[in-house]
Amino acid sequence: MYYGNKKQFMLDIIEKIKKSGLRGRSGSGFLTGLKWEMVKNAPGTKKYVICNAAEGDPNIFKDGFILRNYPEEVIKGIEIALKVIKSKESYIYLRKDYFQKYKQLLEKIIKRRKLSTKLFKKPGGYISGEETVLIRAIEGKSLEPRKKPPYPTTDGLFNLPTLINNIETFYFVPQIVDGRYKKTRFYSLGGEIKNSGVYELSEDLTIETILKMTGNWPRFKFFVQVGGTTGEILLENELKQKTRGLGGIIVYSFNKTDPFILMNKWIDFFRQENCDKCMSCREGVYRLKEILTPSKFDNKIFNDLVFILEKTSFCPLGKNISLPFKSLIKKIING
Amino acid sequence: MVKKFKININGKNYWAQANQTILEIAKENKIEIPALCYHSDLEPLESCRLCLVKEKNKKELLTACSLKAQPKMKIITDSPEIERARKINLELLFAQHAEECHDCVWSYQCQLLELAKKYKIKINRFPDRKKDYPIYQIGPAFIFESAKCIDCRNCVEICQNQGVGFLKLEKKFLETRIIPSRDKNKDCIYCGQCLVHCPAGSFEGVGEFEDVEKPFLDKSKTIVVQFAPSIRTSIGEGFGLPVGNIVTNKLVAGIKKLGAKNVFDVSVGADFTTIEEANELVEALRKKRKLPIFTSCCPAWVKFIEFYFPEFIPCLTTVRSPHIILGGLIKTYWAEKQKIDPKNIIIVSIMPCIAKKYEITRDELKINGLKPVDYVLTTRELIHLFKKRKIDFKRIKPVELDMPFGIPSGAGVIYGATGGVMESALRTVQKIITGKKRMKVEFKQVRGMKGVKEAKIKIGKKILKVAVINGTGEVSKILMKLKKNLHFYDYLEVMACPGGCVGGGGQPLPIDAMVRKNRAEGLYQIDRKKEIRLAHENPIIKKVYQEFLNNEKNIHDVCHTVFKKKKKGVIKILPPRPI
Repeated sequence: MYYGNKKQFMLDIIEKIKKSGLRGRSGSGFLTGLKWEMVKNAPGTKKYVICNAAEGDPNIFKDGFILRNYPEEVIKGIEIALKVIKSKESYIYLRKDYFQKYKQLLEKIIKRRKLSTKLFKKPGGYISGEETVLIRAIEGKSLEPRKKPPYPTTDGLFNLPTLINNIETFYFVPQIVDGRYKKTRFYSLGGEIKNSGVYELSEDLTIETILKMTGNWPRFKFFVQVGGTTGEILLENELKQKTRGLGGIIVYSFNKTDPFILMNKWIDFFRQENCDKCMSCREGVYRLKEILTPSKFDNKIFNDLVFILEKTSFCPLGKNISLPFKSLIKKIING
Repeated sequence: MVKKFKININGKNYWAQANQTILEIAKENKIEIPALCYHSDLEPLESCRLCLVKEKNKKELLTACSLKAQPKMKIITDSPEIERARKINLELLFAQHAEECHDCVWSYQCQLLELAKKYKIKINRFPDRKKDYPIYQIGPAFIFESAKCIDCRNCVEICQNQGVGFLKLEKKFLETRIIPSRDKNKDCIYCGQCLVHCPAGSFEGVGEFEDVEKPFLDKSKTIVVQFAPSIRTSIGEGFGLPVGNIVTNKLVAGIKKLGAKNVFDVSVGADFTTIEEANELVEALRKKRKLPIFTSCCPAWVKFIEFYFPEFIPCLTTVRSPHIILGGLIKTYWAEKQKIDPKNIIIVSIMPCIAKKYEITRDELKINGLKPVDYVLTTRELIHLFKKRKIDFKRIKPVELDMPFGIPSGAGVIYGATGGVMESALRTVQKIITGKKRMKVEFKQVRGMKGVKEAKIKIGKKILKVAVINGTGEVSKILMKLKKNLHFYDYLEVMACPGGCVGGGGQPLPIDAMVRKNRAEGLYQIDRKKEIRLAHENPIIKKVYQEFLNNEKNIHDVCHTVFKKKKKGVIKILPPRPI
């Protein structure tokens, strides 16, 4: 795999990743090649690579799927990253159950490939997967997000330049380097469908095509939530578009789903999983919960809470909480 | 030279420096941005989400407390969008906070209330969500009313910075609460810095303010009031006087209106403390003492040692704190002279401090079975009482302090500022060692607001290695140095509160670096104008040593105490108050 001028080779890798158009698979979709270049060019000799397999979204299960099926590819991806940014320090950050399940398997591969990658068990819930919380977790600090900028690319783990990518992103890197990359991604399909599970398919497919290809197009009236738990609600006639974020598609029966019960499920999840640090998210979510019954629902309060959540929350979680509620209320309750 | 550049706020240009935040620049230029959880002592926690501003042509709202100025930045601090966001966030904040405005340490200087008026919000738009939250009584000194807490976490942060870590966050079920730690290895030292940094008034001293009248109720007793050095430059703030204003004699006049016939100055007590402590220092200088000496006037610091570092207890000077010594003298020496049964004397100390409420409960301080001090009221409590009794402090006619304990030396007055105890002792030690008549009075090396001040002080031919620490955050490091080498320092002054007593947990709010500095400056000003600036030259001190403190027993009973390892204090949960 490695031949010719080493320096040129490293540059080529970044060029290749850039050309591939690969975007980070953590949900925010930052260009991977650009991120690698930023960490490579960041001043300093000690740098870190972190593979994020924290997967805290209850509707997404692709990280676990990749760990089970392609651990070797992932570790190859980490190895390439280490070479590109000239570092030996790396972590795989794993959800608790993944840590238990895959620890031995991963350690065997790491040892065989003569790497010093450390496995780190995620100490908290959903918010601990956010990259600044992840950094603070490894540093042994409280599980709260910190302000960006500075970004981890220059001020990451222990304030050193750090490349953090989702496990799925690392999985694709060896394919890109070897010219095998076919622009696929992992879709987590769930809800009221026959064949739920994880599928690796072209990233250009529309939601409609994916549901049909996998034999999951329902026979009943339905709607879907795309991305993850903070994803938008789409109606049947809105499915001629690609999925987004974490690549989840959850199908709900139109007639069997009580929108208020569904919203309460979401809000309980967010109350449980947010960090309670910033007032807007902490109180915003609490007060949302109060009005999420048909009799107590108040449009003005709802709009005000959504406004401050989106505008004044500290971290991306708080800023993105409102989307599923807004779209569900607009399309299903008022639609 | 710090590089300066211009930024634009609301269409006007202002000078800025790298690393300055938008909030700091706005404050400098009197541009109003509401900022509740911001405190200049702390790194911005960005939790209250009120100091929202916008960068021109950018979508998101940002918090001014953490937004660093960049050259050519264009900032907008007010717009309909910003106003709407602040308004809703304020309504949400209010719904967390159970109001008890008539009994609040902020005594109507409350920023929350001010902002509610400014933004015309409906404070009860959302139902109070914390009204059933517990009230904790921490030891005999301190109250935490969690129903008032707005979760900004300043208290947790400052408690951590103080090297204590007693207040902590706990995520239980669906919410995170601030609670006193149940860990038996963590305890509150009653410094009250959480109170100083809490914008919502969730903390108060025990009895604040419901028990302020109590000391003055029993008319059959002789009531003696004594006030601490630092009060004289802080209490005026409660009545709108400038920060650091010297109001000693107005204070006396006010206290007399409360019905106390005798008002004494704890600074005179400080002069006794100085004499006793100087004697120990002289022993150290003559190498008769093997251990370094730690001051022990600050009860929070003493608790810190007794609980966290009991191995250092032998280093604490056994000399009692000034108000305890003076209280003891009043109930012995003075009582005898006045022919009053000490049982019929009630002594009230006005203190800048929460921990002093705890100090007077220490049994080992009793003299003939009597407590040297019966009540401690904080500066804030006295302000409250003056207001309750409609005493017009601003216009009151000044009155002199009572004799014999009414005239302190300048040394006794500077006890209220960090470094003051050490400087007073050094002045006297110098006299004892060198015997010279004319000498340097001021030891500026130990003054100032730096957290740790180290100095080598030459006295005669000897060198004394000293350190002055204000705020307990840095103490552990210093103690570690001493663990390695016991002779790293000869003399350590520690005050648990930043700035010393001028920044104490019982002082009027708000308190920040500037307030501490101005209050301390007031004390140094008093010292400079005093004819007698050395404790041992104070005539009353000489007289009492001649007439009363002339034998070991009396000196021991009135001026010295013992310390011992402490177990964790009791945390009581009190029933919620009807609000």
